[in-house]
Amino acid sequence: MNALETRLRARRDAGRKLLMPYVTGGITPDWTEYARAFAAAGADAIEIGVPFSDPTLDGVTIQEASHAALTRGATPRGVLAGLAGLADLDVPLVVSTYCNLVFRDGPWAFCAALREAGASGLIVPDLPVDEADEAADAAAGAGVDLALLASPATPAPRLAEISRRSRGFVYAVSLMGTTGTRSALGPAATALAGRITGLSDRPVLLGFGISTPGQAVEAARRADGVVVGAAIMRRVLAGARPDEIGAFLTAMREALDDPGA
Amino acid sequence: MMGDVATRAAAPRAMGVPGERGRFGDHGGRYVPESLVEACREVEEAFREAWADPGFRGELATLLAVHAGRPTPLTPAWRLSAELGVTLLLKREDLAHTGSHKINNVLGQALLAARMGRTRLIAETGAGQHGVATATAAALLGLEATVFMGERDVERQALNVFRMRMLGAEVVPVRAGTRTLKDATSEAMRHWVGVAGSAHYCVGSVIGPSPYPYMVREFQRVIGDEARRQCAAALPSAVPDHVVACVGGGSNAAGTFAGFADTPARLWGVEAEGGAGAALGRPGVLHGFRSLFLQDDDGQIREAHSIAAGLDYPGVGPEHAHLRDLGRARYVTVDDGEVTAAAVRLARAEGIVPALESAHAVAWVIRAAGSGELPAGSTVLLTLSGRGDKDVATLMEVL
Repeated sequence: MNALETRLRARRDAGRKLLMPYVTGGITPDWTEYARAFAAAGADAIEIGVPFSDPTLDGVTIQEASHAALTRGATPRGVLAGLAGLADLDVPLVVSTYCNLVFRDGPWAFCAALREAGASGLIVPDLPVDEADEAADAAAGAGVDLALLASPATPAPRLAEISRRSRGFVYAVSLMGTTGTRSALGPAATALAGRITGLSDRPVLLGFGISTPGQAVEAARRADGVVVGAAIMRRVLAGARPDEIGAFLTAMREALDDPGA
Repeated sequence: MMGDVATRAAAPRAMGVPGERGRFGDHGGRYVPESLVEACREVEEAFREAWADPGFRGELATLLAVHAGRPTPLTPAWRLSAELGVTLLLKREDLAHTGSHKINNVLGQALLAARMGRTRLIAETGAGQHGVATATAAALLGLEATVFMGERDVERQALNVFRMRMLGAEVVPVRAGTRTLKDATSEAMRHWVGVAGSAHYCVGSVIGPSPYPYMVREFQRVIGDEARRQCAAALPSAVPDHVVACVGGGSNAAGTFAGFADTPARLWGVEAEGGAGAALGRPGVLHGFRSLFLQDDDGQIREAHSIAAGLDYPGVGPEHAHLRDLGRARYVTVDDGEVTAAAVRLARAEGIVPALESAHAVAWVIRAAGSGELPAGSTVLLTLSGRGDKDVATLMEVL
């Protein structure tokens, strides 16, 4: 088992609910400071998006963040270089990006670059399990966990295959839609988390639309933890500094640690 | 001799049924978010079942005849042929209802959507031709329609926007990215994720995740099948020496080529110089399929540029990428200046104002006629994919 999954399992097994905040790499000149604020606020893993020109699974917030980062001149190489500067954090770094960037120089080269930069996980939202063979081999070869996504529409046998072949954790997509904040968590979200935990003991992180401590607590009743992306990036795009994002996440961390409070 | 037979037997059959997971050689596939995999699988199952059903095929053939006006004629371009020294035959998709070949695919997909119990069609559009065709089919079959269109194209193609709305469709301007066809396609896919249970995504070209490239080609092959029969009646050689069509995503070309893939005819796809996925693209994945895309060294997709909004797409359908790999079809480019000149020349020589997309094919024939690629005396079938009414405002600016 690789570093990411080992870490997440250990924390989950110790009774902790997992928190994985997201930042778009290159969104500001000092974007790595957001990752440091995540770590200080008690993140169990940090997701770093390598911006792509055509993010087809992202809603307006992450689209805007990706566009802003690319306009600033963000490149995969530059984002990975920033990541390499976060080695002292002792929090697993998970890169998320689209197929075209992973395949540009081939998944073997991409995964080797991830490992070099100190990333231990990879999420590729437009790479379903049927198309994942080569990337999965490349990731395994580099010691990187390729986490697969499951959706509320995924039928049972396929969900079992995804749970079995995913590494690090299973990314449960809470709703039939794109990334972005929502006013409430739908019933499909916790139902999906429950279906996956019934099939596999791999950690299950629920993402898409989780934007408040209350929603995080609700999601974590059935899932092992949550991914928070658009709620952070909406604030970053509005000019929020790393310490302000840190305060937002600290509230979420406290709610997850003590849901009764 | 035996080697010959063995080589022929081993050669992949061009334009047959795609391989496992919708593969055309290295291209195609289904690179979609997990939330859309089930929806794609349902479309594939429904299409395979419908396409094997004579009842479905009969219903589609009737609609194509009584609503779309098929078969479209094959028109000899008498004067242009004489000027160029080749025999040029035009397959007149510009005379199909709604003004382009797009209606062929849309009637097929709308019938399929109704058969699947879907109540709404989603579509992306560049020039607006596919959007108008989708709005038309939706009105005909009592379905709702939502059409995503880049904001820049909404401005460039105001006439088609009005037509869509008049037909009862909702037109959604897309403000993301380059505000053209690429972004309209991304937005249509995002929207589909949320409504896949009730709406059918009516993809307008031979692009997208499996089964779309195959399905759209099959719905468009009526162009090639008709042209094959019409050429057999019109030409002493029965089969033309050359078959030419413009390529954006590549649906009119795929439909035309499908009728001639098993003949000795040379197949030519003509792309816009600034949107030449097949001629200048590099392997990549976008909008659910692996194919050739214009992109930078990092893999960021480049903006396409063409005077024809319908060719403003940075990639090409996966089967075209495969035909290029096989050497079965060749892909060439023409620039905007050649295109407008060709549109004017066809108008004055033949009394036909072509869509700027179709004028790309005409422009290449004009350039290549008499050269080694298209020797004097050749017979040429050219698919005139659409009529130029929608482009009048654009032409008024440049002529």
